[in-house]
Amino acid sequence: MSRLYEKSLTEISELIASGEITVTDAVKSCLERIDSTEPAIEALLAQNRDEALKQAAEMDAQGPDKSKPLWGVPVIIKDVLATKNIKTTCGSKILEDFTPFYDATAITKLKEAGAIILAKANMDEFAMGSTTENSAYKTTRNPWNTDRVPGGSSGGSGATVAAGQAFAALGTDTGGSIRLPASFCGIVGVKPTYGRVSRYGMIAYGSSLDQIGPMTRTVEDSARILNVISGHDKRDSTSVECDVPDFVAELKKRTDLSGLTLGLPEEYWGEGLSEEVSEACKAAIKKAEELGAKTVPVKLSMTEYAIATYYIIAMAEASSNLSRFDGIRYGYRNKEADELIDLYTKSRTEAFGDEVQRRIIIGTYVLSAGYYDAYYKKAAQIRRILRQDFEKAFESCDLILGPACPTTAFPVGDFTSDPLQMYLMDIFTISLNLAGLPGMSLPVGLGKESGMPVGLQIMAPAFDESTMLQAANILEKNLPEMPMPEL
Amino acid sequence: MKLSREEVARVAKLARLDLPEDKVELFSGQLHDILTYMDKLNEIDTSEIEPMYSPVEHCTVMRKDEVKKDHTRDEVLSNAPDTDGQYFVVPRIV
Repeated sequence: MSRLYEKSLTEISELIASGEITVTDAVKSCLERIDSTEPAIEALLAQNRDEALKQAAEMDAQGPDKSKPLWGVPVIIKDVLATKNIKTTCGSKILEDFTPFYDATAITKLKEAGAIILAKANMDEFAMGSTTENSAYKTTRNPWNTDRVPGGSSGGSGATVAAGQAFAALGTDTGGSIRLPASFCGIVGVKPTYGRVSRYGMIAYGSSLDQIGPMTRTVEDSARILNVISGHDKRDSTSVECDVPDFVAELKKRTDLSGLTLGLPEEYWGEGLSEEVSEACKAAIKKAEELGAKTVPVKLSMTEYAIATYYIIAMAEASSNLSRFDGIRYGYRNKEADELIDLYTKSRTEAFGDEVQRRIIIGTYVLSAGYYDAYYKKAAQIRRILRQDFEKAFESCDLILGPACPTTAFPVGDFTSDPLQMYLMDIFTISLNLAGLPGMSLPVGLGKESGMPVGLQIMAPAFDESTMLQAANILEKNLPEMPMPEL
Repeated sequence: MKLSREEVARVAKLARLDLPEDKVELFSGQLHDILTYMDKLNEIDTSEIEPMYSPVEHCTVMRKDEVKKDHTRDEVLSNAPDTDGQYFVVPRIV
């Protein structure tokens, strides 16, 4: 059976479970697709080919296990998550030779559900960036147009799924790093509520912001992955003890959008938003209204302060988290240093890229004596006002809708010399990480001018991923089907 | 707020980074722009607001202090740039 890679995760799961195809068929189809598309998009770092084929053969010999919801499904993992016996670099030279001897909790859960890990996906170094140009290894390209970026920092995960190299990928979202590449690559990307998915084994960037989530080609596929990776983990003190609904079953409970009120924040539709993104998102909202949803204006008046707040908090946390990379227990070490401080300094200076160094320095500055209150404490106070802003908005609506990014994917190299301009691209996604709320990007068509995918962002109150996924699922089924990019 | 080149070099040193002159120059300009942008937060009066450091504000999670052996010595040493088979090896400190 050819072109299996074009199937959704749900379809491939059913084909394997019914015995129509083998796990080996599914794995081989993805590996062949990797071979034919990887030279153009460069989405992957370490590949796990031999082990994946061996595992597939063992699973085929055993026969489908219906108790395992992802039995035989090939997946790809952002290189920020520790994977046992597979190189995990975090897109950085400082972890060039790092091979974890343990799995992140999300990986353990995927494996227990029967998923097969094919490869690690390229990313901005330490998840810092909105384009995947900050990887120490390569620049990933957008499968829709290889002159353009796939978004970041989960750009490898976004590009790999859009190109059909695997049926799902895991990404991480600190300020929009799942939703932005999902939007740019025309796929579904879900950032769960902070605390929903364990962060154990994720190499931390901004610990109070980071969250792991699925990137897939359909909403139902994301629900399936979310079912598997969610839940309390005693190894992560920020993971929350609360019930995990069966998100796939929840999808089936809704057939239209009647009874749902959608909030439209006026701050998301003004200056800076490109015409083609505005048009595609508004058409999707009109469709939502036709399907029974009511729309109301809401205010998110703190939006203009979100980026400054975010970067203070994220950089402060990054400077602290990245202090563990000192060349002693793991990672790159300079060979000439003859005393300890010199070893730390030379190793870090040689192995961290420019964007990481820039953020460490700002983070160190805003946390230093004399500036802590003016920056970090101030940002933490504004963070609370920002969350209150959302809580107030959700008093009058069930979900909030807006664009995921002001533009479609931009050309490679556009922002490499102006970091502040790149930071501003995260304007619509960042607030949600500060507030810890769930959000997702749903592809709603191609921009008229650029021909590149446009993502609609759907945001929900804490731990209400079910309503968010239901609405996305209905919209997805009623909007024109998103084709795969021609590669 | 203007960040001088000396200040960038000093903060870099605190962060265990050794920047060459041209990078100090480049960063001080970029950091100036970024910090100036961040100064817009001063437009908001936050005197009555409790800082929020994490979206999960439950109390510190406590567990029993039990000794467990999750990993072998070989595993722990497996990624080290230099070991003697028993310990991490670093340059002389004294």
